[in-house]
Amino acid sequence: MTKNPAIELRKISKSFGPVQANKDITIRVMPGTIHGIIGENGAGKSTLMSILYGFYKADAGEIFVDGKKISIPDSQAAIAAGIGMVFQHFKLVENFSVLENIVLGAESGALLSPSLGKARAELAALAAEYELNVDPDAIIEDIGVGMQQRVEILKALYRQANILILDEPTGVLTPAEADQLFRILKRLREEGKTIILITHKLREIMDITDTVSVMRQGEMTATLRTVDTTPEDLAELMVGRKVLLRVDKAPAKPTKPVLEIQNLNMVDDFDVQRLKNINLTVKAGEILGIAGVAGNGQSELLQVLGGYSAATGIIKLNGSEIDLSTSVSGDGQARRALGMAHVPEDRQREGLIMDFMAWENAVFGYHREKSNQANRFFMDNNAIRRETEEKMKRFDVRPPNPRLTAKNFSGGNQQKIVLAREIERNPDLLLVGQPTRGVDIGAIEFIHQQIVALRDQGKAILLISVELDEILSLSDRVLVMFDGEIMGERNPANTNEKELGLLMAGVSEKAAQ
Amino acid sequence: MDIMPRWVDIIIVPLLSLFLAAFLSALLIIAIGESPIAALNLMIEGTLLRSAGWGYMLYYTTNFIFTGLAVSVAFHAALFNIGGEGQAMIGGLGVALVCLFIPWPHWTLAIVGASIGAALFGMIWAGLPAYLQAKRGSHIVITTIMFNFIAAGVLNFFLVDVLKPKGSMDPASANFPSTTHLPTFQDLASLFGFEKAFRSAPANVSFFIALLACIAVWYLIWRSPLGYEIRALGKSGPAARYAGVRPVKIIMIAMMISGALCGMMAINTTQGESERLILNFTEGAGFIGIAVALMGRSHPLGVLLAALLFGFLYQGGAELALWTKIPRELIVVIQALVILFTGALSLMVRAPLERFFMSVQKAKE
Repeated sequence: MTKNPAIELRKISKSFGPVQANKDITIRVMPGTIHGIIGENGAGKSTLMSILYGFYKADAGEIFVDGKKISIPDSQAAIAAGIGMVFQHFKLVENFSVLENIVLGAESGALLSPSLGKARAELAALAAEYELNVDPDAIIEDIGVGMQQRVEILKALYRQANILILDEPTGVLTPAEADQLFRILKRLREEGKTIILITHKLREIMDITDTVSVMRQGEMTATLRTVDTTPEDLAELMVGRKVLLRVDKAPAKPTKPVLEIQNLNMVDDFDVQRLKNINLTVKAGEILGIAGVAGNGQSELLQVLGGYSAATGIIKLNGSEIDLSTSVSGDGQARRALGMAHVPEDRQREGLIMDFMAWENAVFGYHREKSNQANRFFMDNNAIRRETEEKMKRFDVRPPNPRLTAKNFSGGNQQKIVLAREIERNPDLLLVGQPTRGVDIGAIEFIHQQIVALRDQGKAILLISVELDEILSLSDRVLVMFDGEIMGERNPANTNEKELGLLMAGVSEKAAQ
Repeated sequence: MDIMPRWVDIIIVPLLSLFLAAFLSALLIIAIGESPIAALNLMIEGTLLRSAGWGYMLYYTTNFIFTGLAVSVAFHAALFNIGGEGQAMIGGLGVALVCLFIPWPHWTLAIVGASIGAALFGMIWAGLPAYLQAKRGSHIVITTIMFNFIAAGVLNFFLVDVLKPKGSMDPASANFPSTTHLPTFQDLASLFGFEKAFRSAPANVSFFIALLACIAVWYLIWRSPLGYEIRALGKSGPAARYAGVRPVKIIMIAMMISGALCGMMAINTTQGESERLILNFTEGAGFIGIAVALMGRSHPLGVLLAALLFGFLYQGGAELALWTKIPRELIVVIQALVILFTGALSLMVRAPLERFFMSVQKAKE
């Protein structure tokens, strides 16, 4: 090829303390292509992109843009070099208009109105060129997540970006919104822009990229043409061994209802109604999955069930009603005693205390149970440590050292510590939120197996996840939540992502049929 | 992985910080025109080489153990109790009421009663800001500071009005009855035939109660489910809520334990030393407790060692003021340096140490 690569990185290395986040990374991204970078959490994708955008300085290595060697000390330099970044968490001012957000940081002159006028004209041109229509006067907090992302892309284009980096762009989108995003990206490619797409979803790589680079443990393990590869190959390259992408499970044998929820309503501290008349039942021996885009009430449902948010309505566990009047003070320990276990959505914020050692975390929430007490006054720390070590071995937590602090384990191993704690209690009902968020593929397999095994022992499981693939492959029944309401129920065997996607976007039951 | 071995973190870092603080203090003493070596000699001679010096040092140490433990317990719940002064003052009031109005037959019973009175009063005084924090979200730092002033006012009122004996010009309570007198170290040494040891020094049996408090706090924080919940809440509020720990309850309990410990300082100062309730008997020990807890890293053993160090500085400082032209205030400067280096600047010491250990590790690989 005679063309210069749009971006070329040569032998980029970066370490944080003893951790080598990037090791001799070399990558060439050709202009006018969509280049995917895939890898597990902690593989070093984000570090690499942060180096490219001037947030970190590489310890060694060179960066070339259009064949010219440049240095990127800060994000201003990256923008000057034509690099634009769309972050996973948008960097928008919520109560500014679209136009104001686009101009922010790129104003010229002392007065605002000339730059705004110029931006308005430019925006119209961009919208026409790339079919990126946005109302420039809309306030950010009033528009949807997909639109907000579009604003981020426009921000980059307004700053004359030729190379666009998107970090996990579909994490917050419904499948339909994601499809729309991909159409936009393809259009941008047609217009000659170069796009780098960072993701951990194999499907997205297969759908849209021209070339894909795989990262594992800070190293670039392969760069392939997407047409020459398969999801199974990529997964193997990411993990370093063969992985099972589908969950093997027998049909469910549901029996008596364990969890019954009737007319559950919840209003948060800001007087926003987060849950609207939720009715659902989870039976013993089944996995009920709740799908939905993040922020549509799933977290609140888990919080209410877990006993740390107040709500009105009826919740029955094994037929006996739970008192919901205890407000924020929470009676999580009482509910645990009734046979409810809870793997929270955010293990680092809620499920674990990151500064506690593994053994201290292994009894978290159960620390007042008799089995953990040496006598009336003190905990039996030695016994807890012994038990924790056994549990860690059974759940393949690496390293199985109960005295290691939680923050020193990888995401997958942290999640296994939480799962071990909750599953080994032999609960009647297991609440699971985002069981595999930020967990490497190898551990995902293990975690899914554990959840299915618990179901097969005749336990009831309520699964909440924003990963549609996960919901579809694990659940026996699927409910879709939108804006605090249950939009409908589907059988995962005869539904598809499109149908669920419509429900997730709030298109009502009838319209979906 | 932790980069440094634990012992470096626990022993070398504080020692290095202390050394840096001492070095800067030495420069200050040179600037004043005195010899730092001579000053150090004087401090050591005045505290460690005479039994009376020990008697004074351990008296201060006792105060600092109580307040240091108090601040530590609150720290574990991520609460910053700056109200040690006030809680100790009100604790003193509790001691005075118990000693003056209950006819105690013997000091062994009196000390139990006075301890309960001191703890109870300190507990109540800390419980008010704790309630405001837990229920109303009023920040504990602000409220405990304000409660120091209120406590001073309350103490004033009692000493110029209620507790002052008729006809006295002194804002102080009547002397406690002799049956409440706590044996000093001098009294104890006399029992073994050393009449001259610890002469007229104020250290008394409450030092041993302070040691017992260290052990009790260790069991509370590291062994009991309550301490577990206190630490859990301190490390992560959302996680504590998830585990069914009630934040309101834990905030209240942690602060009340903290207040009780501060209050108990008064058995040393009020029952042990002055044997009557006087103004300003706390002498800033409530604030020194913060430094002690910081330096002792909120661990009872660390608190004990730090309290000994500060006791040494306090007594040594008095010696310096007595024999040289170094003002007693310099000791406050030295203490500030110690706090600065062991608390705020410990990262400054830690970073190069971490780099050193990393290069050692790399060399091994």
